[in-house]
Amino acid sequence: MDFTTILIQLLNSVQYGLLLFLISSGLTLVFGIMGVINLAHGAMYMIGAYLTYAFVDWTGSFGLALLLGLPVMLVVGIIIERFLIDHLYKKDHLFQVLLTFGLILILNDLQSLIWGNDTHGVPIPDLLSGSITLTDTMQYPIYRLSVSAICLVLAVAMYWVIQKTRLGMTIRAGASNREMVESLGINVRTLFTIIFAAGVALAGFGGMISAPLSSVYPGMGDSVLIICLVVVVIGGIGSIKGAFWGAMLVGLVSTFGPILIPSLASVMVYLVMAIVLLVKPRGLFA
Amino acid sequence: MYNTPRSISLFLGILFVLMLCYPLYGDLIFGSKSSFYMQKLTSIIILAILAMSLDLLVGVSGLVSMGHALFFGLAGYVLALISPEYDAANIWIVLPAVLASCAVLGLIVAFLTIKTSGIYFIMVTLAFGQMAYYFFNDSDFAGGSDGLYIMMKPAVMLGDLQLLNLEDKHTLFYVCLACMALVYLILRMLLRSPFGQVLVGIHANEHRVKAIGYNTTRYKIVSFVIAATLAGLAGFLAATQYGFVNPSQLGWHTSGYALMMVIMGGAGTIFGPALGAFVFEILHSFFESFTDHWLMLMGTVMICVVLFLPNGIGGALLKLVERFEKKNKHIQTGDNDNG
Repeated sequence: MDFTTILIQLLNSVQYGLLLFLISSGLTLVFGIMGVINLAHGAMYMIGAYLTYAFVDWTGSFGLALLLGLPVMLVVGIIIERFLIDHLYKKDHLFQVLLTFGLILILNDLQSLIWGNDTHGVPIPDLLSGSITLTDTMQYPIYRLSVSAICLVLAVAMYWVIQKTRLGMTIRAGASNREMVESLGINVRTLFTIIFAAGVALAGFGGMISAPLSSVYPGMGDSVLIICLVVVVIGGIGSIKGAFWGAMLVGLVSTFGPILIPSLASVMVYLVMAIVLLVKPRGLFA
Repeated sequence: MYNTPRSISLFLGILFVLMLCYPLYGDLIFGSKSSFYMQKLTSIIILAILAMSLDLLVGVSGLVSMGHALFFGLAGYVLALISPEYDAANIWIVLPAVLASCAVLGLIVAFLTIKTSGIYFIMVTLAFGQMAYYFFNDSDFAGGSDGLYIMMKPAVMLGDLQLLNLEDKHTLFYVCLACMALVYLILRMLLRSPFGQVLVGIHANEHRVKAIGYNTTRYKIVSFVIAATLAGLAGFLAATQYGFVNPSQLGWHTSGYALMMVIMGGAGTIFGPALGAFVFEILHSFFESFTDHWLMLMGTVMICVVLFLPNGIGGALLKLVERFEKKNKHIQTGDNDNG
């Protein structure tokens, strides 16, 4: 491997890692604050991707598709929280797993009912369709760089909201002692709805911006869910910081792993997870 | 919880006898479809074994595994890999080998996961199940996503004498039925034993059991290994029946269905998850018979069970019997207190 190849793979792994962080942060946020495990998180990613496909098809503009898609994701999140998740806060995790598993079956089937079982491509928006030249023969697509930039901006924004704003303060307080926050007169129920909808929107947004990269196909949410679970387990459940480093680690391993040890390509990230579990059973940052 | 009420035992006994006699009346009721239904019944019985083995973890020990299908599928793969290609394998060799490999892998997975608890355990078992899924899905030696075929069913021989012919559908049906009864009895015995009582204690309050001086980690590992081995038995029977094994049998959807059977039937009752397997699969076949979008209906059923029937069919039955017995007692003693 020469230097440019390594650089390109490094950029790829950072981009993949940042995207994974964006999606996993929603999962870990919802768990860390609300104590709810949402297995349908991957299905939200899939819905986001399919909405982008449908809206780009309809409006012809990627930007408009994002603008139309995000509110839809928020509404989906609010509906699911109000009608289903709301019944599960006091119940065992087992029931959260089963209910959201049932939700996956329904959403996957709805997807095939509405959009069929074909694979669809979403064109890269014109504005970001070029490449930058690294050397005479090597280029790197601008869209991938933009995805990294968007994810980084969102990561910083999330950090800022959680650490510096009043909403973030309430969220952190709610995570460490729910009853206390409630007794201070803060409406935790509304807070939870907001957080869950934000988690869903994060997954959906991840699906939207990765649609031009990975194409849109049935069952695309399942593999994303599993890899996000690995990220969250490595980083420590409920820790945003953990999700970030877990995602970067998984990004690196799944990009460089197959190049270095091709025979273990498919199980590499799981092996990393097993090693982390042996050393730190509760994840790196829990 | 540990002693099944007599009326429920009677109900289960009747169901069992009904299944036992199926070959006698199957032709009369279902005509030409009778043989098809018997195969269906065989496959449900196998899933009932899987569900009961998962109940040892979920309902008894309180370990919610979302990767239990790992052992179900692994058993099939081991059987396919060690069977000779064009010859029947010797069941006295392959069955112990299959069960042992499930036990060993169960021990490894348990060793890595058992220190975690609650949601962590769910996620980690799910991830390990998927690791196995991708391992077999991407492997050349195991046929990739197509899986492997088992051309000849294992031979049950004693010297030169053929004891059972598993190629015969009736024989296989009875073998599976016997295995289901055996697994049920084993699990009930286990539950009554001091070992099982410790597991129940761990489920209720692990700190207390630890404080009394039990090494709870060791107990949980043993329970995981036993459950993995029994799931391996189910996987062995399934692979024998279908004649093939593929990655989806150890994927997390299969694990999710198994978990659903446990909850639908009633976790911790052992007989419940077996009932759950029957109800789940009968619903599945029923939905599949009139729509391609049966998954949507199954998903809806799952959500409804979680919201409206969290104790499952077994839980509802137990409650019904309890209420009925209370009423009876009141009548016998002339007590007219309705509270």
